[in-house]
Amino acid sequence: MAVVNLQTLSKNEDLLTGGHRACAGCTGSNILRQIMLTAGRDTVVGGATGCMEVVTTIFPYTAWKTPFIHTAFENCAATISGAETAYRALKKSGELPVPRERINFIAFGGDGGTYDIGLQSLSGAMERGHNMLYVCYDNEAYMNTGIQRSGATPFGAHTSTAPAGKVKQGKDRHRKDLTKIMVAHNIPYVAQTTPFHWKDLQMKVRKALDVDGPAFINILMPCTVGWGFDPALGIELSKMATDCNFWPLFEVENGEYKLTYKPKADRTPIEEWLKQQVRFKHLFKPGNEHLIVEIQRWVDDEQRKLLKLCGEA
Amino acid sequence: MKQIYVGLTGNEAVATAFKQARPHVAPAFPITPQTEMMHKFADFVADGVVDTEMILVESEHSAMSAAIGSAATGARTFTATSSAGFALMWEVVYIAASLRLPICMPVVNRALSGNINIHNDHSDAMGGRDAGWIQLWCENTQEAYDHALMCWRIAEHKDVRLPVMINYDGFIISHTAESLHILPDEDAWKFVGPKDLKAGYSLLDMDRPITVGPLDLTDYYFEHKVSQIEALKRAPKYIAEVYKEFGQLTGRHYSFFEEYRTDDADLVIVALGSTAGTAKDVIDAQREKGVKVGLLKIHMFRPFPAAELAKALSKAKVVGVMDKSASFGGWGGPLFNEIRSALYDLPARPKIHNWIYGLGGRDTDTKQIVSLIEQLQAIAKGREAETVNLLGVRL
Repeated sequence: MAVVNLQTLSKNEDLLTGGHRACAGCTGSNILRQIMLTAGRDTVVGGATGCMEVVTTIFPYTAWKTPFIHTAFENCAATISGAETAYRALKKSGELPVPRERINFIAFGGDGGTYDIGLQSLSGAMERGHNMLYVCYDNEAYMNTGIQRSGATPFGAHTSTAPAGKVKQGKDRHRKDLTKIMVAHNIPYVAQTTPFHWKDLQMKVRKALDVDGPAFINILMPCTVGWGFDPALGIELSKMATDCNFWPLFEVENGEYKLTYKPKADRTPIEEWLKQQVRFKHLFKPGNEHLIVEIQRWVDDEQRKLLKLCGEA
Repeated sequence: MKQIYVGLTGNEAVATAFKQARPHVAPAFPITPQTEMMHKFADFVADGVVDTEMILVESEHSAMSAAIGSAATGARTFTATSSAGFALMWEVVYIAASLRLPICMPVVNRALSGNINIHNDHSDAMGGRDAGWIQLWCENTQEAYDHALMCWRIAEHKDVRLPVMINYDGFIISHTAESLHILPDEDAWKFVGPKDLKAGYSLLDMDRPITVGPLDLTDYYFEHKVSQIEALKRAPKYIAEVYKEFGQLTGRHYSFFEEYRTDDADLVIVALGSTAGTAKDVIDAQREKGVKVGLLKIHMFRPFPAAELAKALSKAKVVGVMDKSASFGGWGGPLFNEIRSALYDLPARPKIHNWIYGLGGRDTDTKQIVSLIEQLQAIAKGREAETVNLLGVRL
């Protein structure tokens, strides 16, 4: 059983240095630092083109104290699958540059690079069974290119390509459920978490790195710029997303669903979360009440389905 | 050295050479006519003849991406492709060269879509000619085998470190069994040698962590591109060295381009790939009739040996450049444009005309080459002719 505690983590080396160029209040760098605290130095990291890749590297600087590779937007899983395979090949032939019995391979991408353009290469890498962890930092739009709608953007959210205007009210569809798509790959470990629940997050990273085979973790990443909130509130918003059941925390080990955070019986209404964010501002205009009702209906439906899968219904 | 005389298709010959080079990793995705090469290689892996880890990816884009991830660790890595598969991996083909990774890749040349066509022309590789790879072109199965051995020495040379594309014509070479000489496995291995994993950086050097592929903006990108340009400028020296060593070993001597009966030739045809074989036969017959015609067949298209080509073609009266790809909206095919540009600074230039031919695998028979030579003769006698012409098409 994997164990993480603050005492141990506080002694671990911070493998993502400060001085990178993330926005003030970015929760993405917090997520990466948390992951690396658990993963440790013997980790090869791959980043898909996106916010976190752009802010952590700019030649001749890098924020990464571990090996890091970026090639393009849609192929991070494929790139890391190549490095992981080469590790096995060089270990077998006794040609590793420095001997290591185990190296972690972690690929990460935003929701654009994971739900959308990178879905094919992610699916392929997971199906092939590489010993790697893929982390999606899901900030629910293409933030790096200027807040465009993605397959992860929630219903009703204003984005620069599906804006709220005189006749349209932001995105007109709910997001796809990437976590369940990854569960359908029958890989040993899939989970969903947030940076607020640091223990939950790091426990999941530990488990994901410990399994033999591919693992996937989807992490909600509140984005101060794209969502429109006070930069001080990012972590708080990730907590609220869970308390209102918009982003439940669960894990699926070898196909078995388990809730890892039990929300209170009287869940927070979705409006409480929505009203903190400028991207949902138009939903509170008179005449748009039904849109909030629709989001609440969707959240409740999804939660009901999840509780059933977790045997909690 | 004792060699083995065998009958193999081009795909089988290349798979054999790659087996002998003992690569660590090979991502693969099927596309006709490259598939048979990977089938053959997979057989070698399945039988334990070679210890390569294959990654059976879900697309060519991922094949090249995985190849990059692998090669960045220092592992000897290859993949293969054709046509639309090459087009799909285009983005990452550039990245492989930008990261200076010595990946080797046969491009079994096939027409690009649309409409979809599985047969040979050179539109796939020609689209990737500016991607920063070394491009070598082969006339037959023997040349494909030889280049599939030599490519490792070129790509991995410490002063080159560039990916190498080996081009051979789909079906005409890939699927046609020919007799050829191959090296015994141990001699091939002695020639190729192990990958020097101590040279350069490795993504798996946990004691010396590196960042590969960072954001690179206005203040450094240009200099990095110049370093690629310089690496390609250095490459011919080492390609020539590898050609020389291989020639001493096997008796098969290569150079940047092959000159066939050009010594006293007034008319010179320039071509790439299997068409050169057909042209040689026609040239032999024409020589019997007293026509002073020769052939210049290019092996090394990238880097482009402009000065050497200008010198070689300077004595000709008329040069006919054959392009098996169209440059839509451009003025003539890509090979024609490069040749014509290379000859521009000569004090006295031959006349240079272009023939676009063989698109989508349209058979290029001896009659077409005869007709081309007749046109070159007429031009030599002063007849006005179009600069850019078509060969073997119904109009």
